[in-house]
Amino acid sequence: MNIVIVGCGKVGMVITKLLSSEDHNITLVDEDSEAISAVTNHYDAMGIIGNGVSYQTLVEAGIKDCDLFIAVTDSDEKNLLACLIAGRAGRCKTIARVRNPIYSHEIDFLKREFNLAMVINPEDTAAMEISRVFLFPQVFKIDTFSGGRVELFHFHVTEEMPICGQALSVLREDILKGIIVCTIRRGKDVIIPKGNFSFAADDDVSIATTRKDALAFFKKLGVVKGRVRNAMIVGGGTLSYYLAERLLRSGIETTIVEMDYKRCEELSEGLPAARIIHGDGTNRDLLDQEDLSSFQGFAALTGLDEENILLSLYAGKHSKAKVVTKIGRLNFGSVIDALNLDTIINPSAITADYIVKFARSLSTDPSNDVESLYKLEDGKAEAIEFKIKEESAVTGVALKDLKIRKDAIVCSIFRNGKNIIPTGQDELMIGDRVIIVMSGGRIANIKEILE
Amino acid sequence: MKKNSIILYIVGILLLFEGAFLLLPMIISLIYKDGNWMWYLLTVFICLVPGIPLARIKPGKNLSLKEGYIIVALCWVVLSIFGAIPLMLSGDIPDYIDALFETVSGFTTTGASILSDVTVLSRSGMFWRSFMHWIGGMGIFMFMMAVLPMLGTSDMNLMRAESTGPSVERIVPHVRDTARLMYSMYFGITIAEIVALLISGMDLYSSALLTFGTVGTGGFGMVNESCGTYTATQQMIIAIFMAASGINYTFYFFIISRKIKEAFQIEEVKYYLAIVLTSTIIIAVNISHIYQSTGESLRQAFFQVSSIMTTTGFSTTDFDRWPELSRTILIMLMMIGGCSGSTAGGIKVYRIVLLMKQFAKELSVLRHPREVKLLRMDGNTVKEPVIRSTNVFISIYFVIFFISLLFISIENYDFTTGFTAVAATINNIGPGLSLVGPTCNYGFFSVYSKIILIFDMLAGRLELFPMLLFFSMLKPRRK
Repeated sequence: MNIVIVGCGKVGMVITKLLSSEDHNITLVDEDSEAISAVTNHYDAMGIIGNGVSYQTLVEAGIKDCDLFIAVTDSDEKNLLACLIAGRAGRCKTIARVRNPIYSHEIDFLKREFNLAMVINPEDTAAMEISRVFLFPQVFKIDTFSGGRVELFHFHVTEEMPICGQALSVLREDILKGIIVCTIRRGKDVIIPKGNFSFAADDDVSIATTRKDALAFFKKLGVVKGRVRNAMIVGGGTLSYYLAERLLRSGIETTIVEMDYKRCEELSEGLPAARIIHGDGTNRDLLDQEDLSSFQGFAALTGLDEENILLSLYAGKHSKAKVVTKIGRLNFGSVIDALNLDTIINPSAITADYIVKFARSLSTDPSNDVESLYKLEDGKAEAIEFKIKEESAVTGVALKDLKIRKDAIVCSIFRNGKNIIPTGQDELMIGDRVIIVMSGGRIANIKEILE
Repeated sequence: MKKNSIILYIVGILLLFEGAFLLLPMIISLIYKDGNWMWYLLTVFICLVPGIPLARIKPGKNLSLKEGYIIVALCWVVLSIFGAIPLMLSGDIPDYIDALFETVSGFTTTGASILSDVTVLSRSGMFWRSFMHWIGGMGIFMFMMAVLPMLGTSDMNLMRAESTGPSVERIVPHVRDTARLMYSMYFGITIAEIVALLISGMDLYSSALLTFGTVGTGGFGMVNESCGTYTATQQMIIAIFMAASGINYTFYFFIISRKIKEAFQIEEVKYYLAIVLTSTIIIAVNISHIYQSTGESLRQAFFQVSSIMTTTGFSTTDFDRWPELSRTILIMLMMIGGCSGSTAGGIKVYRIVLLMKQFAKELSVLRHPREVKLLRMDGNTVKEPVIRSTNVFISIYFVIFFISLLFISIENYDFTTGFTAVAATINNIGPGLSLVGPTCNYGFFSVYSKIILIFDMLAGRLELFPMLLFFSMLKPRRK
């Protein structure tokens, strides 16, 4: 597939990294030659120096034969205009990054009138993920598939939990009823568990289930945290704005601490229901004055990773809050993991992830049955969605009687508008949409899940 | 001199308009044959003599807001000085200061009278008195702008100076169209009330005069009992139209633009209606022992609340005899007044709401010292200059209020009389309590007190700043 990417910022770089490894022809357009060479030196992509809104430049970048056009410059307006021109000049699908809150309520209109295939708002998407965690603080992350129909809850096993040291087959009868354990991350490995697997402290576990069963499950584990009632956000950027908007809509009292007075006024204008505090969030006195210990949710969303980490560690120590940390650079992953921060959010990675997902859905070969593909656990596992179109060895047989590969598990069946968390008795039928979670390799056809 | 040419020009135009307005009572006089028509005709000429040459002056430059304020203040003074002439000449009110008091009271839509018996007035005199309410209610400049665009862009500054409320803005792009729209809505409400009163069985003359007093929120009565002698239905009609006249005209603009939802989302209107409703209920309960039925108490309470809150000043009963709670509520309503952008006087609900929001904010800031919170009205942030001018307005309001009270107290009347006389004039209401209660009048005050009250009425109608600026310009300048 021919892909043109305008804008070589953080997001442009991550998209290039992910897409170039999947064998697409990528052309980058940016006015800054250094930014371009920084990317082209590392990844297999061509760079063109020029203004991405200019028709001439786009033609030079090969817009005529382009299949997918992605505009991720700093400016929303530039992105929209570039997409408009690209859409007219070629026959490509267009994706624009639009993040100004003023436009966020007009996305549907823009999408329709500018004929955009997708509008991506990194800050809002990240805000959505954070608010999910605040509404369900027992977990540190929730992945969603198939337009939100299936949710994967990630949680951290501690020694106090009754499942610690227990085998999966034993637990299935009782605690794990209605729940499918999809992946276990133990150290650097990602495991798809089978019956004889047993949990250990410090495992990061993901489970597929309904909200109701998930609540009951965490209750049995002794995790009784309810949704947070109030939250403090340090840093007043766009992400904070979207997050506060979402939290307030869910009835969560929100306090934002921001250093810049002008920005405080803007926030107050846009978020009348939020409490805006003008001051340095890294000032301990200020946090104490605002009674940090009384908060149930805490999000460190300033522009500096170091500051966010420091704040989160402090908040984790001095309050019982659910703590979310924004980290822009993930190349220090191993160090950050050792810090035991609760939830980590990286807006650029999330954006890139969404765009890559979309690109993959465009590039799927019609000969295979993959509907969509999701990366899990930093790409160490994948969730693959299939639609079952014909009878085969996998249909009409109870799952427990199928010989499924060791590294794969059926985690959800979508049938007749309802989502089923499968048990051993369920069988696959024609018309089902199935989500398979796999830790190694990739399959192009549902039959390949058999050994 | 160039600077003054524009002022003189506008005064000239104003006098021509006043001359035209004076033709109306003259016609009334001819219809009812009360023999006063020549006095009105004479005054028309008195207006034309300086008016015509002045209006021929070529205005020089554009007006600033400051000059707008000064011109408006000056013109209102001129308007009253000339308007009082026929009342004196015709012998309706022989004393000129008394006639001036009555005229200012008319134009500023106060409705405070110096007459102990209004029935002695001639038909034309009574008409002129009430018609002044109608002109003064929406404003003479608004009328002039609606009829002829005088100065183009500078008209906005005149409109700002004359209209009520802290943030006067166009509701349609052109000043002239805004003025026309305001007057059409004003006219519409006027016609509606006249028709309603005609249907209820009142004659055209009384219907028209009472309507002028209602929609202009003036309150000159036609009989000594004000509105006490009319039927319950007629009283209800008047009460409802009074309450309607105290509402921000933007509300009606939204209604005729079919934006019903937006109309009821105007915060000021919501608070206004809430205040009217709560005060009515509290007073109705408080006075229930005086009247026979609950319905009667409710009606009396609603009429008085709506009359006082909108600063009209009609009355159907002697509320001076009501219990202390009701009287106190009425005094508070006097100060609050109607909505901004209406014909009502007083501090205005908008400013009160803004003040309350500032209190709430300050309390919150005490708990969270570094909190940043912008004040919002109708979902929009209130800009700093509006907040500042509101605070200054309220401070100056009380300064003028207490200075006036101090001056009036020299005459040694009881506190209630002095206090409510100032309150009733600065808020353009009319009747106060005690000696200036609804059954009494202002005739007993000395000339000295009357001049202070005249100043209060003008200052109140023009929302303080124009009059203060005007008087600060009068003082001799050092070279």
